[in-house]
Amino acid sequence: MTEAFIELDGVEKVFEVRRRSGRRLRRERCTVRAVDGISFAVPRGEMVGYIGPNGAGKSTTIKMLTGILTPSGGRLRVAGIDPSRERTRLARRIGVVFGQRTTLWWDLPLRDSYALVRRIYGIPEARYRANLERCVELLDLGALLGVPVRQLSLGQRMRGDIAAALLHDPEVLYLDEPTIGLDVVSKARVRRFLREVNSEQGTTVVLTTHDLTDIEQLCRRVMVIDHGRLVYDGGLDGLHAVGESERTLVVDLERELPPIAGVPGARTVRVDGPRQWLAFPAAASAAPIVSAVADRYPLVDLSLREPAIEDVIARMLESGEGRRSAVP
Amino acid sequence: MRLYGAVAASSFRRYATYRVATAAGVFTNTVFGFILAYTFIALWSIRPHLGGYDQAQALTFVWTSQAMLAAAALLGGGFQQELQERIRTGDIAIDLYRPADLQLWWLASDLGRAAFQLLGRGLVPLAVGALCFDLALPSSPLVWLAFLASVLLGLLVGFAVRYLVALTSFWLLDGAGVDMVSGLLCLFFSGSLLPLTVFPGAFGDVARMLPWSAMLQVPVDVLLGVNSGAGLAGSFAFQGCWALVLLAAGRLLQGLATRKVVVQGG
Repeated sequence: MTEAFIELDGVEKVFEVRRRSGRRLRRERCTVRAVDGISFAVPRGEMVGYIGPNGAGKSTTIKMLTGILTPSGGRLRVAGIDPSRERTRLARRIGVVFGQRTTLWWDLPLRDSYALVRRIYGIPEARYRANLERCVELLDLGALLGVPVRQLSLGQRMRGDIAAALLHDPEVLYLDEPTIGLDVVSKARVRRFLREVNSEQGTTVVLTTHDLTDIEQLCRRVMVIDHGRLVYDGGLDGLHAVGESERTLVVDLERELPPIAGVPGARTVRVDGPRQWLAFPAAASAAPIVSAVADRYPLVDLSLREPAIEDVIARMLESGEGRRSAVP
Repeated sequence: MRLYGAVAASSFRRYATYRVATAAGVFTNTVFGFILAYTFIALWSIRPHLGGYDQAQALTFVWTSQAMLAAAALLGGGFQQELQERIRTGDIAIDLYRPADLQLWWLASDLGRAAFQLLGRGLVPLAVGALCFDLALPSSPLVWLAFLASVLLGLLVGFAVRYLVALTSFWLLDGAGVDMVSGLLCLFFSGSLLPLTVFPGAFGDVARMLPWSAMLQVPVDVLLGVNSGAGLAGSFAFQGCWALVLLAAGRLLQGLATRKVVVQGG
């Protein structure tokens, strides 16, 4: 593994919140551990997915990585820089895209927004031109440059925002839900573009999303965060093993029969007329199960369903929930 | 520095695109100019030389303040609500991760806006006033130059005050209360209602020492040539001191805000 570009070591963020208690006008202070001791390292040029349910601490982590929030504890370095101490110096080297906010200027045409971005980062003319040209081509922005941002559709604005974040050749790009609310075509275009930026420019990418298709298509490595803690860090395929996920064999029999029984390693989870569903561990082979069924039942047709990554993660988070609630 | 020039220019262009709003503003300022002009004529007929002004000077005060109203954001407007909204919604996060200084950024943007509104909203009402009434406008270009310098200093003070007010949103989240208080203070103590020179005694002395008087009262007095020579230098020093103190306070508060406060939402 190459030298770590982003490094977190036991990073914490504790917010103090005042909450109304029972009595009128009395407020009690309590603390919320939004990020509760997270450690990971991302080497230069990697593209990682950072996922978890709402309120898990994803955005708080991103804000600490950009230096907007100061960690309450732990050590954090991006490109060797402590983000909250040298926010402005780091800012020249990072790009940020928030799916739900725009970095563009509402009243200005896209072109003018880019001209301002150029000034902000002091991008040399030639490089600015080349980068803008590439973004315009790949994100299909040509017809939009003269349009004020407020008149752009969500998908157009998102593409405009992504281009704005890349004009200064950032070494790392943080994407916070870049495909939220986009249609299928826009999503595909954004993904293709991100893949290209990552592979050609070697830009390190940290991607936060609720759309797991983004992760499946873009990231080899995924980190799952829940209640401020890292619950998984590894390859996408490893998720299935950890999440105890199951594959499903769907069989169509000649006629309605009682639930299939006696197939080792599999259990019947659903019966609907002549069709039955058998679940078995994702890691196990389907072949012996298929032959066991075919030997003893009048089989007409069959199909195999892979577990959806959503279900895998949902199960992982639920089991975490169960463990937590078991502890007093 | 070129960045902030570009920010100011884009802000100027942005306000220039709202033509209908500008025309409506010019109309309103002119109508109010007439209403106030006749009110002041009534006042100064009963009490000539009220506040040390003759009637022509009092009318000049009316029309100059109408011309400066939008640029100096004496009745609100400008960047304050926009910045508060960005703090409230958390969009301020976007401004914070840019390699630019927050205060200079908003100052440049506000000066760009003011430059447009001084031209777009100021020239017509002043010209209408000068055509319809007998005003005491100076003939020397040097006085006009001094006036413009004083207006610029006044804009700095006005910006600094509103920046402080806007930053309180980091702690208060809802700026409505602070807005109302600061709006009222500005309305009265800038001299927008009545020239501060008409108030006698200690109250008048205090009113003329407060930062708001640097936004309107002082520039108009410079235009009227009330103070010349050492008096003029004193006016500039008064405005400059307030600008420095308040801008420094803004930096301090900005440091506290960005270090301590939670960025909302997301």
